[in-house]
Amino acid sequence: MSHKTLTEKIFESHINREPRIGEVVVVDVDFAMGQDGTSPLAIQKFYDMGGKKVLRPDRIALVIDHGAPSPTEGFANLHKLMRDFSYEQGIRLFDIGSGVCHQLIPESGFAGPYDIVVGADSHTCTYGAVGAFSTGIGSSELAAVMISGKLWFKIPPAIRVILSGKIPSGVYSKDIVLYLAKTLTADGATYKALEFDGDVIDQLSMDARFTVSNMAVEVGAKAGIFPVDEKTKVWLREHGRDNMCDLSIDPLANYESTVEIDVSKLEPQIALPHRVDNVMSISEIGDIPIQEGYIGTCTNGRLEDMEIATSILDGKKIHPRVRLIVACASKSIYLEAMKKGLIEKLVEAGATVIPPGCGPCVGTHAGVPSDGENVISTANRNFKGRMGNNKAFIYLSSPATVAASCLTGKITDPRRFL
Amino acid sequence: MILHGFAHKLGDDINTDYIISGKYKFNTLDMKELARHIFEDIEPNFIDKIKPGDIIVAGRNFGCGSSREQAPLVIKNAGLSAVVASSFARIFYRNAINNGLPLVECDTSRIQDGDELEIDLENGVVRDLTGGFEMGINPLPPFMMKLLQDGGLVEHFKKYGGFSIG
Repeated sequence: MSHKTLTEKIFESHINREPRIGEVVVVDVDFAMGQDGTSPLAIQKFYDMGGKKVLRPDRIALVIDHGAPSPTEGFANLHKLMRDFSYEQGIRLFDIGSGVCHQLIPESGFAGPYDIVVGADSHTCTYGAVGAFSTGIGSSELAAVMISGKLWFKIPPAIRVILSGKIPSGVYSKDIVLYLAKTLTADGATYKALEFDGDVIDQLSMDARFTVSNMAVEVGAKAGIFPVDEKTKVWLREHGRDNMCDLSIDPLANYESTVEIDVSKLEPQIALPHRVDNVMSISEIGDIPIQEGYIGTCTNGRLEDMEIATSILDGKKIHPRVRLIVACASKSIYLEAMKKGLIEKLVEAGATVIPPGCGPCVGTHAGVPSDGENVISTANRNFKGRMGNNKAFIYLSSPATVAASCLTGKITDPRRFL
Repeated sequence: MILHGFAHKLGDDINTDYIISGKYKFNTLDMKELARHIFEDIEPNFIDKIKPGDIIVAGRNFGCGSSREQAPLVIKNAGLSAVVASSFARIFYRNAINNGLPLVECDTSRIQDGDELEIDLENGVVRDLTGGFEMGINPLPPFMMKLLQDGGLVEHFKKYGGFSIG
Protein backbone atom coordinates (compact mmCIF):
# COMPACT_ATOMS: atom_id res chain seq x y z
CA MET A 1 0.00 0.00 0.00
CA SER A 2 1.40 3.36 -0.92
CA HIS A 3 1.64 6.28 1.45
CA LYS A 4 -1.17 8.81 1.31
CA THR A 5 -2.19 12.09 2.88
CA LEU A 6 -5.53 12.26 4.72
CA THR A 7 -6.87 14.19 1.74
CA GLU A 8 -5.82 11.47 -0.71
CA LYS A 9 -7.33 8.76 1.51
CA ILE A 10 -10.66 10.58 1.65
CA PHE A 11 -10.79 11.17 -2.12
CA GLU A 12 -9.70 7.58 -2.77
CA SER A 13 -12.74 6.39 -0.84
CA HIS A 14 -14.95 8.36 -3.24
CA ILE A 15 -13.34 7.62 -6.61
CA ASN A 16 -12.34 4.01 -5.79
CA ARG A 17 -8.87 4.34 -7.24
CA GLU A 18 -5.63 6.08 -6.35
CA PRO A 19 -6.07 9.81 -6.66
CA ARG A 20 -3.38 12.05 -8.14
CA ILE A 21 -2.65 15.39 -6.54
CA GLY A 22 -3.73 18.15 -8.91
CA GLU A 23 -6.21 16.08 -10.92
CA VAL A 24 -9.79 17.26 -11.34
CA VAL A 25 -12.40 14.77 -10.19
CA VAL A 26 -16.18 14.86 -9.95
CA VAL A 27 -17.39 13.14 -6.78
CA ASP A 28 -20.63 12.42 -4.96
CA VAL A 29 -20.95 14.89 -2.12
CA ASP A 30 -21.96 13.32 1.21
CA PHE A 31 -23.58 16.46 2.59
CA ALA A 32 -24.08 20.09 1.57
CA MET A 33 -25.16 23.12 3.51
CA GLY A 34 -26.08 26.75 2.92
CA GLN A 35 -26.69 29.67 5.26
CA ASP A 36 -28.87 32.76 4.94
CA GLY A 37 -26.19 34.87 3.24
CA THR A 38 -25.69 32.31 0.47
CA SER A 39 -28.78 30.07 0.21
CA PRO A 40 -31.18 32.64 -1.30
CA LEU A 41 -28.78 33.09 -4.25
CA ALA A 42 -28.36 29.31 -4.44
CA ILE A 43 -32.13 28.89 -4.68
CA GLN A 44 -32.25 31.47 -7.48
CA LYS A 45 -29.39 29.67 -9.30
CA PHE A 46 -31.12 26.30 -8.74
CA TYR A 47 -34.10 27.50 -10.75
CA ASP A 48 -31.89 29.32 -13.32
CA MET A 49 -30.15 25.99 -13.96
CA GLY A 50 -33.48 24.35 -14.63
CA GLY A 51 -33.66 22.63 -11.23
CA LYS A 52 -37.03 21.24 -10.17
CA LYS A 53 -36.38 18.70 -7.43
CA VAL A 54 -33.41 18.46 -5.11
CA LEU A 55 -31.79 15.11 -5.95
CA ARG A 56 -31.01 14.00 -2.39
CA PRO A 57 -32.98 16.15 0.06
CA ASP A 58 -31.63 14.07 2.96
CA ARG A 59 -28.12 15.31 2.12
CA ILE A 60 -28.88 19.03 2.21
CA ALA A 61 -29.53 21.45 5.08
CA LEU A 62 -30.18 25.18 5.09
CA VAL A 63 -29.39 27.25 8.18
CA ILE A 64 -30.74 30.65 9.18
CA ASP A 65 -27.93 31.94 11.38
CA HIS A 66 -26.30 35.08 9.97
CA GLY A 67 -29.20 37.39 10.72
CA ALA A 68 -31.39 35.46 13.12
CA PRO A 69 -34.02 36.60 14.04
CA SER A 70 -34.42 38.78 10.93
CA PRO A 71 -33.09 42.30 11.57
CA THR A 72 -34.53 43.92 8.41
CA GLU A 73 -37.30 43.59 5.86
CA GLY A 74 -34.80 42.46 3.22
CA PHE A 75 -33.45 39.73 5.47
CA ALA A 76 -36.97 38.62 6.41
CA ASN A 77 -37.96 38.14 2.78
CA LEU A 78 -34.85 36.09 2.02
CA HIS A 79 -35.49 33.97 5.12
CA LYS A 80 -39.00 33.30 3.84
CA LEU A 81 -37.54 32.18 0.50
CA MET A 82 -35.36 29.66 2.39
CA ARG A 83 -38.27 28.42 4.53
CA ASP A 84 -40.57 27.95 1.53
CA PHE A 85 -37.89 26.21 -0.53
CA SER A 86 -36.97 23.86 2.32
CA TYR A 87 -40.61 22.95 2.90
CA GLU A 88 -41.32 22.36 -0.80
CA GLN A 89 -38.16 20.30 -1.33
CA GLY A 90 -38.35 18.37 1.93
CA ILE A 91 -34.92 19.46 3.06
CA ARG A 92 -33.83 20.14 6.60
CA LEU A 93 -34.11 23.77 7.71
CA PHE A 94 -32.46 24.99 10.89
CA ASP A 95 -34.48 28.09 11.66
CA ILE A 96 -33.69 31.00 13.99
CA GLY A 97 -32.39 30.06 17.39
CA SER A 98 -30.96 26.72 16.21
CA GLY A 99 -27.41 28.00 16.07
CA VAL A 100 -24.46 28.47 13.74
CA CYS A 101 -24.25 26.17 10.70
CA HIS A 102 -20.73 25.00 11.55
CA GLN A 103 -21.82 23.70 14.91
CA LEU A 104 -25.15 22.30 13.72
CA ILE A 105 -23.78 20.20 10.84
CA PRO A 106 -21.33 18.10 12.89
CA GLU A 107 -23.58 18.16 15.97
CA SER A 108 -26.39 16.63 13.89
CA GLY A 109 -24.15 13.84 12.63
CA PHE A 110 -24.00 15.24 9.07
CA ALA A 111 -20.19 15.18 8.92
CA GLY A 112 -17.82 12.36 9.81
CA PRO A 113 -14.60 10.59 8.85
CA TYR A 114 -14.01 10.13 5.11
CA ASP A 115 -17.00 12.30 4.25
CA ILE A 116 -16.76 14.98 1.59
CA VAL A 117 -18.89 17.87 2.79
CA VAL A 118 -19.38 21.23 1.14
CA GLY A 119 -21.06 24.35 2.40
CA ALA A 120 -21.85 27.75 0.99
CA ASP A 121 -19.83 29.39 3.73
CA SER A 122 -16.07 29.68 3.82
CA HIS A 123 -15.75 28.23 7.33
CA THR A 124 -17.15 24.87 6.20
CA CYS A 125 -13.56 23.68 6.70
CA THR A 126 -14.56 23.34 10.40
CA TYR A 127 -15.62 19.68 9.97
CA GLY A 128 -12.04 18.66 9.29
CA ALA A 129 -12.02 18.27 13.08
CA VAL A 130 -14.04 15.05 12.69
CA GLY A 131 -11.96 13.69 9.81
CA ALA A 132 -14.06 15.01 6.92
CA PHE A 133 -12.77 16.76 3.82
CA SER A 134 -15.02 19.77 4.06
CA THR A 135 -14.71 23.04 2.24
CA GLY A 136 -16.49 26.26 1.35
CA ILE A 137 -18.21 26.77 -2.01
CA GLY A 138 -20.34 29.43 -3.66
CA SER A 139 -24.07 29.60 -4.20
CA SER A 140 -23.98 28.35 -7.83
CA GLU A 141 -22.05 25.30 -6.70
CA LEU A 142 -24.55 24.61 -3.91
CA ALA A 143 -27.28 24.77 -6.56
CA ALA A 144 -25.28 22.33 -8.72
CA VAL A 145 -24.96 19.93 -5.77
CA MET A 146 -28.69 20.18 -5.06
CA ILE A 147 -29.43 19.25 -8.68
CA SER A 148 -26.75 16.64 -9.36
CA GLY A 149 -25.48 15.49 -5.95
CA LYS A 150 -21.97 16.06 -7.28
CA LEU A 151 -19.19 18.62 -7.36
CA TRP A 152 -15.78 18.87 -8.99
CA PHE A 153 -12.59 19.17 -6.98
CA LYS A 154 -8.95 19.63 -7.81
CA ILE A 155 -7.26 17.28 -5.37
CA PRO A 156 -5.04 19.55 -3.30
CA PRO A 157 -1.51 18.99 -2.05
CA ALA A 158 -1.26 18.90 1.75
CA ILE A 159 0.83 20.63 4.36
CA ARG A 160 1.59 18.57 7.48
CA VAL A 161 1.24 20.77 10.55
CA ILE A 162 3.00 19.18 13.51
CA LEU A 163 1.89 20.66 16.83
CA SER A 164 4.15 19.52 19.64
CA GLY A 165 4.85 20.27 23.30
CA LYS A 166 2.63 20.81 26.33
CA ILE A 167 -0.02 23.52 26.06
CA PRO A 168 0.70 26.05 28.84
CA SER A 169 -2.02 27.17 31.25
CA GLY A 170 -3.98 30.12 29.89
CA VAL A 171 -3.18 29.16 26.30
CA TYR A 172 -5.87 27.55 24.16
CA SER A 173 -6.40 26.14 20.69
CA LYS A 174 -7.37 29.63 19.49
CA ASP A 175 -3.93 30.91 20.48
CA ILE A 176 -2.33 28.00 18.61
CA VAL A 177 -4.29 28.64 15.43
CA LEU A 178 -3.69 32.40 15.56
CA TYR A 179 0.02 31.66 15.85
CA LEU A 180 -0.32 29.28 12.91
CA ALA A 181 -1.97 32.09 10.88
CA LYS A 182 0.98 34.34 11.70
CA THR A 183 3.41 31.59 10.67
CA LEU A 184 1.72 30.65 7.39
CA THR A 185 0.24 34.12 6.56
CA ALA A 186 -3.15 34.84 4.95
CA ASP A 187 -2.35 33.05 1.69
CA GLY A 188 0.25 30.56 2.91
CA ALA A 189 -1.91 27.53 2.21
CA THR A 190 -3.96 28.67 -0.79
CA TYR A 191 -5.30 25.69 -2.83
CA LYS A 192 -3.81 23.32 -0.19
CA ALA A 193 -5.08 21.20 2.69
CA LEU A 194 -3.72 21.45 6.21
CA GLU A 195 -3.37 18.13 8.01
CA PHE A 196 -2.71 18.21 11.74
CA ASP A 197 -0.32 15.94 13.57
CA GLY A 198 1.70 15.88 16.79
CA ASP A 199 1.26 15.22 20.50
CA VAL A 200 -0.77 18.41 21.05
CA ILE A 201 -3.77 16.72 19.40
CA ASP A 202 -4.21 14.46 22.43
CA GLN A 203 -4.43 17.56 24.61
CA LEU A 204 -7.18 19.12 22.49
CA SER A 205 -10.84 18.42 23.18
CA MET A 206 -13.14 18.10 20.19
CA ASP A 207 -14.40 21.64 20.86
CA ALA A 208 -10.79 22.85 20.70
CA ARG A 209 -10.15 20.97 17.43
CA PHE A 210 -13.17 22.58 15.78
CA THR A 211 -11.60 25.97 16.58
CA VAL A 212 -8.40 25.00 14.76
CA SER A 213 -10.07 23.49 11.68
CA ASN A 214 -12.44 26.47 11.52
CA MET A 215 -9.59 28.88 10.84
CA ALA A 216 -7.87 26.83 8.11
CA VAL A 217 -9.45 29.10 5.49
CA GLU A 218 -7.80 32.13 7.12
CA VAL A 219 -4.51 30.93 5.66
CA GLY A 220 -6.22 30.17 2.36
CA ALA A 221 -6.51 26.41 2.95
CA LYS A 222 -9.22 24.30 1.32
CA ALA A 223 -9.45 22.07 4.36
CA GLY A 224 -7.96 21.60 7.84
CA ILE A 225 -8.15 17.92 8.71
CA PHE A 226 -7.46 16.14 12.00
CA PRO A 227 -6.79 12.42 12.23
CA VAL A 228 -9.54 10.36 13.83
CA ASP A 229 -8.72 9.06 17.32
CA GLU A 230 -10.70 7.61 20.24
CA LYS A 231 -11.82 11.10 21.30
CA THR A 232 -13.25 11.72 17.83
CA LYS A 233 -15.10 8.42 17.87
CA VAL A 234 -16.63 9.05 21.30
CA TRP A 235 -17.78 12.50 20.19
CA LEU A 236 -19.23 11.18 16.93
CA ARG A 237 -21.10 8.40 18.73
CA GLU A 238 -22.60 10.99 21.07
CA HIS A 239 -23.77 12.84 17.98
CA GLY A 240 -25.46 10.03 16.14
CA ARG A 241 -22.66 8.57 14.03
CA ASP A 242 -21.49 4.98 14.03
CA ASN A 243 -19.44 2.73 11.68
CA MET A 244 -16.39 4.96 11.90
CA CYS A 245 -13.07 4.03 10.34
CA ASP A 246 -9.62 5.03 11.49
CA LEU A 247 -7.95 7.92 9.76
CA SER A 248 -4.35 8.54 10.66
CA ILE A 249 -1.43 10.56 9.39
CA ASP A 250 1.18 8.68 7.36
CA PRO A 251 4.44 10.59 7.85
CA LEU A 252 5.79 9.02 4.67
CA ALA A 253 2.97 10.43 2.56
CA ASN A 254 3.81 12.97 -0.10
CA TYR A 255 3.42 16.15 1.95
CA GLU A 256 4.23 19.29 0.03
CA SER A 257 5.76 20.80 3.15
CA THR A 258 5.83 20.43 6.91
CA VAL A 259 5.31 23.15 9.49
CA GLU A 260 6.31 22.47 13.10
CA ILE A 261 5.07 24.50 16.03
CA ASP A 262 6.24 23.93 19.58
CA VAL A 263 3.44 25.26 21.77
CA SER A 264 5.31 24.89 25.08
CA LYS A 265 6.39 28.52 25.27
CA LEU A 266 3.38 30.01 23.49
CA GLU A 267 1.69 33.01 25.12
CA PRO A 268 -1.91 34.10 24.54
CA GLN A 269 -2.07 35.51 20.99
CA ILE A 270 -3.93 38.50 19.57
CA ALA A 271 -4.73 39.25 15.91
CA LEU A 272 -4.62 43.02 15.49
CA PRO A 273 -6.72 45.04 13.02
CA HIS A 274 -7.37 44.54 10.16
CA ARG A 275 -5.73 41.23 9.31
CA VAL A 276 -6.09 37.75 10.77
CA ASP A 277 -2.38 37.07 10.28
CA ASN A 278 -1.34 40.32 12.01
CA VAL A 279 -0.72 38.37 15.22
CA MET A 280 1.31 39.28 18.30
CA SER A 281 1.90 37.71 21.68
CA ILE A 282 -0.02 39.42 24.44
CA SER A 283 3.16 40.62 26.18
CA GLU A 284 4.13 42.56 23.05
CA ILE A 285 1.06 44.70 22.52
CA GLY A 286 0.95 47.24 25.37
CA ASP A 287 -2.21 48.93 26.68
CA ILE A 288 -5.15 48.74 24.29
CA PRO A 289 -8.50 49.87 25.73
CA ILE A 290 -11.60 47.99 24.58
CA GLN A 291 -15.26 48.97 24.58
CA GLU A 292 -16.88 45.74 23.39
CA GLY A 293 -16.18 42.05 23.89
CA TYR A 294 -17.77 39.19 21.96
CA ILE A 295 -17.67 35.52 22.92
CA GLY A 296 -19.29 33.18 20.41
CA THR A 297 -19.22 32.35 16.66
CA CYS A 298 -18.35 29.19 14.75
CA THR A 299 -14.81 29.57 16.06
CA ASN A 300 -15.39 29.82 19.81
CA GLY A 301 -19.06 29.51 20.75
CA ARG A 302 -18.91 25.96 22.11
CA LEU A 303 -19.49 24.66 25.62
CA GLU A 304 -15.79 24.55 26.54
CA ASP A 305 -15.50 28.21 25.47
CA MET A 306 -18.41 29.16 27.73
CA GLU A 307 -16.80 27.24 30.60
CA ILE A 308 -13.46 28.98 30.10
CA ALA A 309 -15.08 32.43 29.95
CA THR A 310 -17.22 31.72 33.00
CA SER A 311 -14.24 30.51 35.03
CA ILE A 312 -12.72 33.98 34.60
CA LEU A 313 -15.90 36.07 34.97
CA ASP A 314 -17.58 34.10 37.79
CA GLY A 315 -18.34 36.34 40.78
CA LYS A 316 -16.88 39.43 39.09
CA LYS A 317 -18.31 42.36 37.13
CA ILE A 318 -17.17 43.52 33.72
CA HIS A 319 -15.64 47.00 33.47
CA PRO A 320 -18.31 49.74 33.50
CA ARG A 321 -17.17 51.11 30.13
CA VAL A 322 -17.33 47.71 28.40
CA ARG A 323 -20.21 45.74 26.81
CA LEU A 324 -19.86 41.98 26.64
CA ILE A 325 -21.97 40.02 24.15
CA VAL A 326 -22.23 36.23 24.36
CA ALA A 327 -23.80 33.82 21.86
CA CYS A 328 -23.65 30.05 22.11
CA ALA A 329 -23.00 28.27 18.81
CA SER A 330 -26.13 26.11 19.06
CA LYS A 331 -29.32 25.61 20.98
CA SER A 332 -27.99 22.43 22.59
CA ILE A 333 -24.88 24.25 23.81
CA TYR A 334 -27.09 27.07 25.10
CA LEU A 335 -29.26 24.59 27.02
CA GLU A 336 -26.22 22.78 28.40
CA ALA A 337 -24.67 26.09 29.47
CA MET A 338 -27.94 26.96 31.23
CA LYS A 339 -28.08 23.62 33.04
CA LYS A 340 -24.51 24.06 34.20
CA GLY A 341 -25.29 27.56 35.51
CA LEU A 342 -22.84 29.19 33.11
CA ILE A 343 -25.40 31.54 31.52
CA GLU A 344 -26.53 32.79 34.92
CA LYS A 345 -22.96 33.54 35.95
CA LEU A 346 -22.18 35.28 32.67
CA VAL A 347 -25.29 37.45 32.90
CA GLU A 348 -24.53 38.30 36.54
CA ALA A 349 -21.04 39.35 35.47
CA GLY A 350 -22.65 41.80 33.04
CA ALA A 351 -22.81 39.84 29.78
CA THR A 352 -25.65 40.30 27.29
CA VAL A 353 -26.62 36.86 26.00
CA ILE A 354 -28.08 36.84 22.49
CA PRO A 355 -29.72 33.89 20.66
CA PRO A 356 -27.54 31.12 19.21
CA GLY A 357 -26.34 32.27 15.79
CA CYS A 358 -23.58 34.24 14.14
CA GLY A 359 -24.42 37.36 16.14
CA PRO A 360 -22.40 40.49 15.48
CA CYS A 361 -19.50 38.68 13.72
CA VAL A 362 -20.69 39.60 10.23
CA GLY A 363 -21.96 43.08 11.01
CA THR A 364 -25.62 42.53 10.35
CA HIS A 365 -27.09 43.05 13.82
CA ALA A 366 -26.74 42.57 17.58
CA GLY A 367 -23.59 44.48 18.46
CA VAL A 368 -22.34 46.83 15.74
CA PRO A 369 -19.51 48.89 17.29
CA SER A 370 -19.43 52.69 17.04
CA ASP A 371 -16.81 54.82 15.27
CA GLY A 372 -13.33 54.47 16.72
CA GLU A 373 -14.23 51.68 19.12
CA ASN A 374 -12.06 48.65 19.82
CA VAL A 375 -13.68 45.24 19.97
CA ILE A 376 -12.07 42.08 21.29
CA SER A 377 -13.75 39.04 19.80
CA THR A 378 -13.42 35.27 19.62
CA ALA A 379 -14.39 35.32 15.93
CA ASN A 380 -12.17 34.33 13.03
CA ARG A 381 -12.06 37.59 11.05
CA ASN A 382 -11.10 41.15 11.91
CA PHE A 383 -11.37 42.76 8.48
CA LYS A 384 -12.16 46.46 8.37
CA GLY A 385 -15.95 46.85 8.53
CA ARG A 386 -16.49 43.18 9.36
CA MET A 387 -18.73 43.94 12.34
CA GLY A 388 -20.69 46.56 10.41
CA ASN A 389 -18.62 49.70 11.01
CA ASN A 390 -15.48 50.38 8.99
CA LYS A 391 -14.33 52.93 11.59
CA ALA A 392 -14.08 50.30 14.36
CA PHE A 393 -11.11 48.09 15.20
CA ILE A 394 -11.40 44.35 15.81
CA TYR A 395 -8.93 42.28 17.82
CA LEU A 396 -9.18 38.47 17.85
CA SER A 397 -8.30 36.20 20.77
CA SER A 398 -9.34 33.20 22.85
CA PRO A 399 -12.49 33.36 25.01
CA ALA A 400 -10.22 33.59 28.09
CA THR A 401 -8.53 36.72 26.77
CA VAL A 402 -11.88 38.30 25.85
CA ALA A 403 -13.22 37.56 29.35
CA ALA A 404 -10.13 38.95 31.10
CA SER A 405 -10.16 42.04 28.87
CA CYS A 406 -13.82 42.74 29.65
CA LEU A 407 -12.99 42.78 33.37
CA THR A 408 -10.19 45.34 33.05
CA GLY A 409 -11.37 47.41 30.06
CA LYS A 410 -8.17 46.79 28.13
CA ILE A 411 -6.63 43.82 26.36
CA THR A 412 -5.48 41.66 29.24
CA ASP A 413 -3.50 38.46 29.71
CA PRO A 414 -6.00 35.89 31.02
CA ARG A 415 -3.27 34.22 33.09
CA ARG A 416 -3.77 37.08 35.59
CA PHE A 417 -7.12 35.52 36.52
CA LEU A 418 -6.24 31.83 36.55
CA MET B 1 -12.21 37.72 -26.66
CA ILE B 2 -10.22 40.91 -26.10
CA LEU B 3 -11.06 43.05 -23.09
CA HIS B 4 -10.15 46.70 -22.95
CA GLY B 5 -10.32 49.12 -20.01
CA PHE B 6 -8.52 51.23 -17.46
CA ALA B 7 -6.84 49.82 -14.35
CA HIS B 8 -8.12 50.46 -10.84
CA LYS B 9 -5.31 49.37 -8.62
CA LEU B 10 -5.90 47.79 -5.21
CA GLY B 11 -3.50 46.11 -2.77
CA ASP B 12 -2.88 42.59 -1.47
CA ASP B 13 -5.43 40.41 0.37
CA ILE B 14 -8.55 42.24 -0.85
CA ASN B 15 -11.20 40.15 0.92
CA THR B 16 -14.79 39.59 -0.13
CA ASP B 17 -16.03 41.73 2.78
CA TYR B 18 -14.21 44.64 1.11
CA ILE B 19 -15.72 43.81 -2.28
CA ILE B 20 -19.23 43.87 -0.79
CA SER B 21 -19.85 44.37 2.91
CA GLY B 22 -21.88 41.80 4.84
CA LYS B 23 -24.20 44.53 6.07
CA TYR B 24 -25.59 44.94 2.54
CA LYS B 25 -25.32 41.52 0.95
CA PHE B 26 -27.79 39.79 3.25
CA ASN B 27 -30.61 42.16 2.44
CA THR B 28 -31.23 41.62 -1.24
CA LEU B 29 -30.53 39.57 -4.34
CA ASP B 30 -30.55 42.76 -6.44
CA MET B 31 -26.93 42.83 -7.61
CA LYS B 32 -27.28 46.25 -9.26
CA GLU B 33 -28.30 47.66 -5.89
CA LEU B 34 -25.42 45.88 -4.14
CA ALA B 35 -22.97 47.10 -6.80
CA ARG B 36 -23.49 50.69 -5.57
CA HIS B 37 -21.56 49.67 -2.44
CA ILE B 38 -18.62 47.95 -4.15
CA PHE B 39 -15.32 48.40 -2.23
CA GLU B 40 -17.06 51.02 -0.09
CA ASP B 41 -15.30 50.11 3.18
CA ILE B 42 -11.83 50.63 1.71
CA GLU B 43 -12.55 53.30 -0.94
CA PRO B 44 -15.74 55.35 -0.44
CA ASN B 45 -17.66 56.17 -3.65
CA PHE B 46 -15.62 53.67 -5.66
CA ILE B 47 -18.64 53.08 -7.89
CA ASP B 48 -18.49 56.72 -9.08
CA LYS B 49 -14.87 56.31 -10.15
CA ILE B 50 -15.34 53.49 -12.63
CA LYS B 51 -16.42 53.36 -16.25
CA PRO B 52 -17.88 50.33 -18.06
CA GLY B 53 -15.16 47.90 -19.06
CA ASP B 54 -12.65 49.03 -16.44
CA ILE B 55 -10.43 46.41 -14.87
CA ILE B 56 -9.54 45.70 -11.24
CA VAL B 57 -5.81 45.19 -10.75
CA ALA B 58 -4.69 43.79 -7.41
CA GLY B 59 -1.83 42.06 -5.64
CA ARG B 60 -1.79 38.71 -3.90
CA ASN B 61 -4.73 36.68 -2.58
CA PHE B 62 -7.55 38.69 -4.19
CA GLY B 63 -10.98 37.54 -2.97
CA CYS B 64 -9.89 35.91 0.28
CA GLY B 65 -12.36 35.51 3.13
CA SER B 66 -16.00 34.59 2.84
CA SER B 67 -17.61 32.41 0.16
CA ARG B 68 -20.14 35.07 -0.89
CA GLU B 69 -20.82 34.72 -4.59
CA GLN B 70 -22.18 38.24 -4.43
CA ALA B 71 -18.52 39.37 -4.65
CA PRO B 72 -17.89 38.44 -8.31
CA LEU B 73 -21.51 39.27 -9.19
CA VAL B 74 -21.12 42.78 -7.77
CA ILE B 75 -17.88 43.26 -9.74
CA LYS B 76 -19.71 42.24 -12.93
CA ASN B 77 -22.76 44.34 -12.16
CA ALA B 78 -20.61 47.40 -11.48
CA GLY B 79 -19.60 47.16 -15.15
CA LEU B 80 -16.05 45.96 -14.52
CA SER B 81 -14.82 43.54 -17.17
CA ALA B 82 -12.14 41.48 -15.39
CA VAL B 83 -9.88 41.16 -12.38
CA VAL B 84 -6.12 40.94 -12.86
CA ALA B 85 -4.19 39.86 -9.75
CA SER B 86 -0.94 38.22 -8.74
CA SER B 87 -2.97 35.43 -7.11
CA PHE B 88 -6.55 34.62 -6.15
CA ALA B 89 -8.16 32.92 -3.15
CA ARG B 90 -9.79 29.66 -4.18
CA ILE B 91 -13.49 30.12 -3.42
CA PHE B 92 -13.56 33.51 -5.15
CA TYR B 93 -11.70 31.99 -8.10
CA ARG B 94 -14.36 29.33 -8.54
CA ASN B 95 -17.23 31.75 -7.93
CA ALA B 96 -15.93 34.22 -10.52
CA ILE B 97 -15.53 31.61 -13.25
CA ASN B 98 -18.91 30.12 -12.32
CA ASN B 99 -20.41 33.52 -13.12
CA GLY B 100 -18.42 34.18 -16.26
CA LEU B 101 -16.19 36.87 -14.76
CA PRO B 102 -12.74 36.60 -16.37
CA LEU B 103 -9.81 36.39 -13.95
CA VAL B 104 -6.25 36.90 -15.03
CA GLU B 105 -3.32 35.74 -12.94
CA CYS B 106 -0.01 37.48 -13.60
CA ASP B 107 2.58 39.70 -11.94
CA THR B 108 0.76 43.01 -11.48
CA SER B 109 3.57 44.99 -9.86
CA ARG B 110 4.38 47.06 -12.97
CA ILE B 111 0.79 48.04 -13.76
CA GLN B 112 -0.05 51.54 -12.47
CA ASP B 113 -3.42 52.88 -11.39
CA GLY B 114 -5.18 54.34 -14.43
CA ASP B 115 -3.12 52.45 -17.04
CA GLU B 116 -4.98 51.49 -20.19
CA LEU B 117 -5.05 47.69 -20.44
CA GLU B 118 -5.89 45.15 -23.08
CA ILE B 119 -6.45 41.50 -22.14
CA ASP B 120 -6.30 38.83 -24.81
CA LEU B 121 -7.70 35.75 -23.06
CA GLU B 122 -7.32 33.37 -26.00
CA ASN B 123 -3.65 34.12 -26.49
CA GLY B 124 -2.94 34.61 -22.78
CA VAL B 125 -1.52 38.13 -22.90
CA VAL B 126 -2.05 41.31 -20.88
CA ARG B 127 -0.90 44.48 -22.64
CA ASP B 128 -0.30 47.66 -20.67
CA LEU B 129 -0.82 50.24 -23.42
CA THR B 130 0.13 53.15 -21.13
CA GLY B 131 3.25 51.48 -19.78
CA GLY B 132 4.14 50.00 -23.18
CA PHE B 133 4.74 46.42 -22.05
CA GLU B 134 3.01 43.07 -22.19
CA MET B 135 2.95 39.98 -20.01
CA GLY B 136 1.98 36.35 -20.38
CA ILE B 137 -0.73 35.08 -18.06
CA ASN B 138 -1.08 31.80 -16.17
CA PRO B 139 -3.70 29.88 -18.16
CA LEU B 140 -6.94 28.69 -16.54
CA PRO B 141 -7.14 24.94 -15.95
CA PRO B 142 -8.93 23.40 -18.98
CA PHE B 143 -12.17 22.62 -17.15
CA MET B 144 -12.43 26.16 -15.78
CA MET B 145 -11.78 27.58 -19.25
CA LYS B 146 -14.69 25.48 -20.48
CA LEU B 147 -16.93 26.84 -17.71
CA LEU B 148 -15.91 30.40 -18.56
CA GLN B 149 -16.50 29.83 -22.26
CA ASP B 150 -19.91 28.34 -21.50
CA GLY B 151 -20.71 31.59 -19.67
CA GLY B 152 -20.61 30.17 -16.15
CA LEU B 153 -21.98 27.22 -14.21
CA VAL B 154 -25.67 27.96 -14.82
CA GLU B 155 -25.15 27.91 -18.58
CA HIS B 156 -22.90 24.84 -18.28
CA PHE B 157 -25.64 22.95 -16.42
CA LYS B 158 -28.28 24.07 -18.90
CA LYS B 159 -26.09 22.84 -21.75
CA TYR B 160 -24.97 19.49 -20.29
CA GLY B 161 -27.48 18.80 -17.49
CA GLY B 162 -24.58 18.34 -15.06
CA PHE B 163 -20.80 18.57 -14.85
CA SER B 164 -19.13 17.74 -18.15
CA ILE B 165 -15.43 17.26 -17.60
CA GLY B 166 -13.03 16.53 -20.44
